[in-house]
Order: sequence, then structure tokens, then C-alpha cells
Amino acid sequence: MKRMLAFLIIVVVSFGVIGWTSPALLDKTRLGLDLKGGFEILYQAKPLNEGSKVTRESLTETAKSLEKRVNKDGVSEPEVTTEGTDRIRIRIAGMDEAKEAKLREDLVKPANLTFRSAIGCAKEAGYCKVELTGSDFKEGGASVQRDDFGRYQINIKLKDAAQFAKVTAEVAKLAVTGNNQLAIYLDENQLSAPAVSSTINSSDAQITGGYTQEEAMNIRDTINLGALPLKLEVKYTQSVGASLGKQSLDDTIFAGLVGTIFIVLFMLVFYRVPGIAASVSLIIYTWLLLAAHIALNATLTLPGIAAFILGIGIAVDANILTAERIKEEMRSGKSLLSAFRAGSKTSLRTIIDSHVTTIIAAGVLFFIGVGSVKGFAITLLLSIIISLISNVVVSRYLLWLMIKSGKFNKPGYYGVKESEIRAL
Amino acid sequence: MRSKESRIDFVHYSKYFYIFSIVITIAGIVALAALGLNYGVDFKSGSSVDVKSTKDLSAQRQEIESYLQAGEFGKHNAPTFGDNRMTIRFDEVLSQSKEEQLKTDLKAKFDPGSSVEVNTVDVEIARELQWNALKAMLLACIGIIIYIAIRFEWRFGLAAVVALVHDAFIVISVFSIFRLEVNLPFIVAILTIIGYSINDTIVIFDRIRENLRFAKIKTFKDYIKVVNDSVWQTMTRSINTALTVLFAALALFIFGSESIRLFSLAMLVGLFSGAYSSIFIASPLWLLMKKNSKSKPASAGNPAAS
Repeated sequence: MKRMLAFLIIVVVSFGVIGWTSPALLDKTRLGLDLKGGFEILYQAKPLNEGSKVTRESLTETAKSLEKRVNKDGVSEPEVTTEGTDRIRIRIAGMDEAKEAKLREDLVKPANLTFRSAIGCAKEAGYCKVELTGSDFKEGGASVQRDDFGRYQINIKLKDAAQFAKVTAEVAKLAVTGNNQLAIYLDENQLSAPAVSSTINSSDAQITGGYTQEEAMNIRDTINLGALPLKLEVKYTQSVGASLGKQSLDDTIFAGLVGTIFIVLFMLVFYRVPGIAASVSLIIYTWLLLAAHIALNATLTLPGIAAFILGIGIAVDANILTAERIKEEMRSGKSLLSAFRAGSKTSLRTIIDSHVTTIIAAGVLFFIGVGSVKGFAITLLLSIIISLISNVVVSRYLLWLMIKSGKFNKPGYYGVKESEIRAL
Repeated sequence: MRSKESRIDFVHYSKYFYIFSIVITIAGIVALAALGLNYGVDFKSGSSVDVKSTKDLSAQRQEIESYLQAGEFGKHNAPTFGDNRMTIRFDEVLSQSKEEQLKTDLKAKFDPGSSVEVNTVDVEIARELQWNALKAMLLACIGIIIYIAIRFEWRFGLAAVVALVHDAFIVISVFSIFRLEVNLPFIVAILTIIGYSINDTIVIFDRIRENLRFAKIKTFKDYIKVVNDSVWQTMTRSINTALTVLFAALALFIFGSESIRLFSLAMLVGLFSGAYSSIFIASPLWLLMKKNSKSKPASAGNPAAS
């Protein structure tokens, strides 16, 4: 009786905790783009000057400043990651279409402010030598001013006055050929090409060009968005409408529920008492897996859900293996308790071997895989480890409690017919 | 001790299953060589536009098509309509302005409540992911062989890997023969199938290992008996486990979202193949390797000897 009570208390308490915390857990689960909506861009970084290389530092610096841009628009939790030696991936979940279009434009068109000269260039090549690039200018240093004639101009601040002096000195030498301009480019658009007649030893530079106030302010904002140290090329973009993402999630959760109900019914009908233990532990397993995702701050994606389902399959298999073994032992004439002990013992080795093999496969996928392969591997690893806990520890303890309570002694409760039992 | 004996000689019938699997494999190779895979947008540069609408747009099929023609969106498939859904596949990547234009026009002209999903992919990235997955799978197979070789013996490891490669290949063949679209989730489906296949195979191998311990092996016939009995003893479990996973995959196939339908189909095919191969391919294959290695009686690696 005491054991039956313990069993009931465990079931009621754990279902209570699950029922009470699940809405909050589901709410907290970080969903991937494919489930929540949002967009993803993969950039390939290239050096601004041909011949130079993309370094680790410049890549991280670029990623950081991209993150700043995204955050500036008040988007919560953008995911900006560097991949390999020259790639940056940005993931932003849950944003509306209007905002997305604006942000995408800002990101897709990273403003590269460059000062270029014609030093060493062929006649038709124009201003081919990049003298100063994004990282030479002070961040957020651009401002709009009016000159003595009331015309709008944009002031930019340089980090190093000495460097500017050196560049302008070189350019000024070209005065004899008439090519002594220092052209200012925003990406590939030439903003202006003022002539330099002498060395300028200052950290200030002006862009003039008869702008209206609005034009000047636009250019200022573009420059201030951040001068990126690298040139970025879009390799891949994906955008998912938020409501479409929601629909996918609802459909998938519904499908998962239907599948789980079928599995639980099947276990109850086919395995009876062990089926009860299996069903309870299966529900606990699902809850633990969800909680583990939140604890590890992992993102749940569609591949993750696939791994989730595989995990449920492996978890059910562990229960089926145990129940089948117990049945076998009972048929061979053992008493209920010793059949439980022997069945648990022999099936444990099988369960561990099959779980470890899957862990090895999932581990390799985790360390080598990228993108969705990695996402799949994370959920699979978690689900196997949690399956070992819930289906070996929890499920067996519950079954043991039920057997020890003495209320379920008939072989029929375990799916064994009396006629099948042979004398030992 | 394990007195439940097999009533079916699985080993005897295995040659028919070999023939069956070899025929499918050859058909798959031919289909792959001749037709290749029907790669979806993930593996072809282009844009796929998925529209979820609040009403049935198929009534406006004509208008939508003439709009797409007039809008100069480039070559595209005729829109396919589903349950309040529409999919258009463009052969070329839509520029950002075209994408915006399409989104706003669809809202303005056809359905103000529509939501649009645009997928654009650079082939290079998808190919890279494909190679990455392949490389990861190869290494995973090596890891599995090593682990099984330590816990069981290497022949079990090799047979298990042959079975899982067989399952992965069957699914790839089916997708090639029936021209089903292959996208990135397909790779994940293959991974899932492999995971399931290993789990399934190991359980039967474990039973063979256990039965070998109690069996008195004198002739090769005794090995055949052990394999037949082991397969038979684990049959209920094999069928029940396959059934439960099938429930989950079937629910996903029927009720899951459109975007993972083909994914669930790949899973379904793989589950059947996985259950089939672990019973009819993996165990007889182990036996075959055992037979060829048994030039002298009382072979090494027989746990009964210990």
C-alpha cells in the first residue's frame, strides 16, 4: 500500500509540476527562424584592398559592428556569429516585414567609406589606390555642418592626423599632372573629389558637393552606421514570415501531440503495467528535454524537432526492450519480482550499447557538422542522455513501486498469458 | 535458457532479401546516374516564394500568372496551390527590390492578409553543407565500427554500417526514382534514419552476442540457429519499436507543416528500410562474414569459448 501511495504521489507531483511549468517553458524556449519567423543572412567577407587578407581580428571586428547596427534598430537578441575564416552569419528572429526590409538594406549595403587617389594608376583607371578605409575613421564621427556660404557639408573625423598628413602630402605631389585629387567614396559611389594642394595636418576632413540638408544628413547616417573593416558579399538569405513560422510550429506541435498520444495508447494496451511506467516516464522525458534546451540556451529548430522524435523513438525502444525482457522471464516461469530484476538487468546492457553507439554518431555530427546538422546533433545528444535517465532510472523505479505494491500480480497485467508460462 | 525457437529460417530466406536489396540498390544507382536527384531550391540558386493566404488563391490563378508575367520576375514555375497556400519557384534569385515588390503587390492585389516566405540560396553553401554532412556521416560510421568492434567484434560493426548505408541509400534512391524534391532537411532526415537504423541493428546483435554465450557451437549450422533464434526472439520488440516510431513519423507526415512533409516522407521510407535491414540484411551479413572467416572449425572470436 505504501508503495502504491508513493507511486501515485510521484505521478501526481510530476504531472503537477509539468502542467504548472509547461506554459512558461514553452514560452521561454528559443525557437529557430524556421519556427518563429525572422531572417538569416550569411556574408562572405573580402578584404577592402586586393592582395590583403581577411584576418581573424578584422572578421570579429566586422561581426561586432554588424551586431551594433542590428541592435541600434531595437531588435532583441540578434545572433551574429563568425564561421570558418571569412564568414559571418546573422540570425534575427521575430521581426515584422517593414522593419526587416529596412534592416536588410542597412546590412546588405554596408557603407565603406574610402579615400582614394590616382597614385600609380593608369589614366583610364581613375582613382584606383585606396588610401584610407573605414577603420581609419572615428566611429560615429561624421556630422553635418554649414560652410561660410551656408552650404551643407559633412565633416568626418580621422583617427590619426599624422596618417592623413602623410597621405595628403603624397597626393599633393601629383599637382603637376593635375591628378592631385583625394576622391571620397561611399562604397562605389564617388561623393566628391577635392583637389589637395598641400599637406593637411589635421584629423578633420570635409565632404562637399552642394548637398541639401536632407542629403547631407542621409550621408552622415550612412557613414555613422559603421565603417566596416571588410567588404561583405551576401551568400545566402532566408526570410520567414512570422505568421508562417507560427503556423509551422502549431502544425508540428499538434503532430507531435497526436504521435505521442498514439504511442502512449499503444504502450498501455500492449504492455499494460510496464506501459503505465513507460508512458509516465515518456512524458517526464519530454518535459526534461524541453527544460534542458532552456537551461543550455539552445535554439529549437525543425531539425531539432526531428531529433526530438528520434529521441522519443529511442526512449520508447528502451521501455519496450525492458518490458519484452520481463515478459520473457515471466514466461520462463520466474516470479514477478525476479523476472523484473532479471529483465531489467539483461535489457540494461542492450540499452547502454545502443545508446552509446547513437551518442558516438551524434557526437561526431556535433563536432564536425555545421548549421542544421549541428542543431540536429545537439538535440539528439540531449535526448539520448535524458532518455537514459528517464527510461532507465525513472521508468524502472515506477515499475518497481507498482510491482512491490502487490496490486498487480496477475501475469495478464504484463501482457503474458497464463498458458504461456512454463514451469521453471 | 532461451528456449524460444525460431519457426522461420531467416537465414535461408536471406538470399532473396539480398537479391531484393541489390536490385533496389542497382535501380537507385541507375536512377542517380541517369537522372540525379531532383534538387530543390536549397541546391539550386534561385528563389522559392511560399505564400500563406487568408483565402483560397487558386481561383485567381490566371490573374496571378499574368501579374508574374507582367512584373518581369524572370523564368518561374507555374504557381502551385495548396490549402490557403501558394508556392512559386523562380529560376533566378530575386533581387531585394523585386522581392519587396512581390510582397507588397501580393498584399495589395490579391490578399492583404497574406504572409510571404522567400528562400534564396547560394548553391555553394548548400553543397558545402552536403559535403559536411557526408564527411560527418563517414566519420560517425568509423566511430560506430570501432565501438562495436570493442564491445562485440568487428564483423558486427561492419554489418551494422552496411545496413545503415543501405538504409540511407534506399531513401536516396526512392527520392531519385520518384523525382521527389531534395532540400536541406533531407540531409537531416538521412541522419535520423541512420540513428534509428543503428539502434535497431544493435539490439538484434546484442541478442546474438548473448545467445552465443549460451550456445554450444560445433558446426556452422549452430551459428545459423543462433541467428534465427535471436531474430525471432527480438521480433516483437523490433515490430513494436518500428510501430511507435512510425506513429510519430506518420503524425508528422499527415499533420505536420507543409515545409517538412517531404522530410517526414523520407523518415517513413527510412524507418521501413531500417526495420527491414536490421532483420534481413545485417544479421545474415554477419553470418556470411563469419562463414567466410571460418576456414577452420572452432573459430576465434567465439565468445562461447571463454
